[in-house]
Amino acid sequence: MPKPAKRPKLAVWKFASCDGCQLSLLDCEDELLAIAGAVEIANFPEASRAVVGGPYALSLVEGSITTPHDAERIHAIRRSSRMLVTIGACATAGGIQALRNFKNVREMTAIVYAHPEYIATLNKSTPIKDHVAVDFELRGCPVNKFQLVELISALLHGRKPNIPAFSVCMECKRRGAICIMTARGIPCMGPVTQAGCGALCPGYERGCFGCFGPKETPNSHSLSTIWSGLGVGEQDILRAYRTFNANAEPFRKEAESHEREHHQDH
Amino acid sequence: MSANTTRTIKVGVLARVEGEGSLRLKIKDDRVLEAKLAIFEPPRFFEAFLRGRAYSEAPDITARICGICPVAYQMSACHAIEDAFGVQVVGPLRDLRRLLYCGEWIESHALHVYMLHAPDFLGYEDAIRMAQDHPEAVKRGLRLKKVGNAIMTLLGGREIHPINVRVGGFYKVPARRELGALIDDVKWALDAALETVRFAATLPFPDFERDYDFVALQHPSEYPLNEGQLGSSNGFGEGKSQISIGEYEQHFTEEHLAHSNALHSVINSRGAYFVGPMARYALNYDVLPPVAQQAASEAGLGRVCRNPFQSIVVRAVELVFACHEALRIMESYETPERPFIEVQPRASSGYGCTEAPRGILYHRYRFDDHGVILDAKIVPPTAQNQKTIERDLFELASRHLDLPKDELQWRCEQAIRNYDPCISCATHFLDLRLEKA
Repeated sequence: MPKPAKRPKLAVWKFASCDGCQLSLLDCEDELLAIAGAVEIANFPEASRAVVGGPYALSLVEGSITTPHDAERIHAIRRSSRMLVTIGACATAGGIQALRNFKNVREMTAIVYAHPEYIATLNKSTPIKDHVAVDFELRGCPVNKFQLVELISALLHGRKPNIPAFSVCMECKRRGAICIMTARGIPCMGPVTQAGCGALCPGYERGCFGCFGPKETPNSHSLSTIWSGLGVGEQDILRAYRTFNANAEPFRKEAESHEREHHQDH
Repeated sequence: MSANTTRTIKVGVLARVEGEGSLRLKIKDDRVLEAKLAIFEPPRFFEAFLRGRAYSEAPDITARICGICPVAYQMSACHAIEDAFGVQVVGPLRDLRRLLYCGEWIESHALHVYMLHAPDFLGYEDAIRMAQDHPEAVKRGLRLKKVGNAIMTLLGGREIHPINVRVGGFYKVPARRELGALIDDVKWALDAALETVRFAATLPFPDFERDYDFVALQHPSEYPLNEGQLGSSNGFGEGKSQISIGEYEQHFTEEHLAHSNALHSVINSRGAYFVGPMARYALNYDVLPPVAQQAASEAGLGRVCRNPFQSIVVRAVELVFACHEALRIMESYETPERPFIEVQPRASSGYGCTEAPRGILYHRYRFDDHGVILDAKIVPPTAQNQKTIERDLFELASRHLDLPKDELQWRCEQAIRNYDPCISCATHFLDLRLEKA
């Protein structure tokens, strides 16, 4: 039997997450078998019980670091990966579970569990880049599967992925969509949020709620001023920045400024 | 003779399940001492950080519990909130919710049947390897899955964490012609689902039956997705065969056990119970459309199926139902005047329970008079099945101790995958206590 040509090894790793970003790979129904032909899927427990040892040409990492064990595990993965990229808001910014970063984790544990003493958890949910070097970060809650295919393809061919860091507004403009915030007064995070979803929410008559995290150089403070003008209260502005990318620095700082103002009000 | 030898079979990471879990069997001589489904998905504290959030945020935040069944979270959250604020979504908006849910069932069931479960029966480590010998089956599965995703994308904006669901309905509803554009695909999917039942029925099933306590929603006229009473095959005591969703916590309790690192749900005074396709099928056979009943009967299923390995056939029958129901809704759809109905927050509590692809998903919220969440409780399906899965493992391993270790291990993994467990879902799952091998 002829030996198949050696293909680059792809590995998928999971930390604290919902599994949605790695599911995006299985959601590439038209491309999946082609991807599986182009790379050797060497470690992808959600899809296969076969495990091939490293080193890996490319590791996709989903999820954030929330336990002492995981904080160790990510180093071994980095050592066995030529390229390591994070997929999604958890791995890139800490995810929705980073809401713990602004509360007392002991109290939170006691709320959910009858026996908090069984729980091993860190006080903060942190992105992968806080622990190891990361070669590229793919945004989104969840990621856009077409961007994921572009990323894999670009990295395996040694070129830069074509994934822009500009705002959701650019996607609206390119589509010729009317601005829902200007025209209809619907609060929208599009001006400070990175593109990638195709300006999904404005197309559904809903304001962007920031799944892809902060764009390059966002002016969050200015956006908050516009939101205030639309009648959005301080608490609601604070909550808008504290969702899936709450721990991303520009969003974290903007939220904290409203937290301070809120406390001064009381 | 190997007197007093204890051996342990450990599977570090369970494959082809959503989320991270592991399996541990402790065997002494010819007896299984314990079977543990340990879960090391890190806790994410959803119920804790929902406190202080606005009611309107709950559908999108709880969707992030699970990327595989976000619609289930959005639906249970919306129903619980609408219950609290005293509104009911009816007519075309209710139909659209069912349609969205059908999309998720089709996507999730096709994924499980073809990509996660079938490879076990045919002896492959994954669907990609299976595709080398069974390309038409795997391609059928992928296309079916794509049809489910197309429904979710049309109604929800995207297939994972849809953005179009809100309390009271949707942000935007589709025009009739937009749904019409998908009808041919869904007609194909219905045929493919019938083919899936035939395919699943030919798989080799181990002879394994147990007398399960099935729990599912029951509705007088439709196979349950969003609404109904809770039914149990063994009733709820005092001659009650059904309870309302609001009575859930009087009859079911979550236990926090050290050994398995998860909150186990039990039905009070009885213990383990079973949720998911086999439970729904057993409790709602009569309201399945005739095309699904006939497919089930041709596949050799009775009105109740007690072999969890055959859940793959039941899941395929539910695929037939979901495609049939999606088609019915799409063909009769009239665009509603408004995409949502207004809700008025008030200090209140509300309960919601809907049928996620893997079984009932319960939400309970308490609000202040501005609609801010004071506390929340979420019970995902996999947490409810965990005790039953462990019992299956115990029984199965006890019967097959003569098998070589690798085979026994694979058989046990397969027994876990029978439940399509979604470990990320189970917000409560804790860290694993690793036993040194």
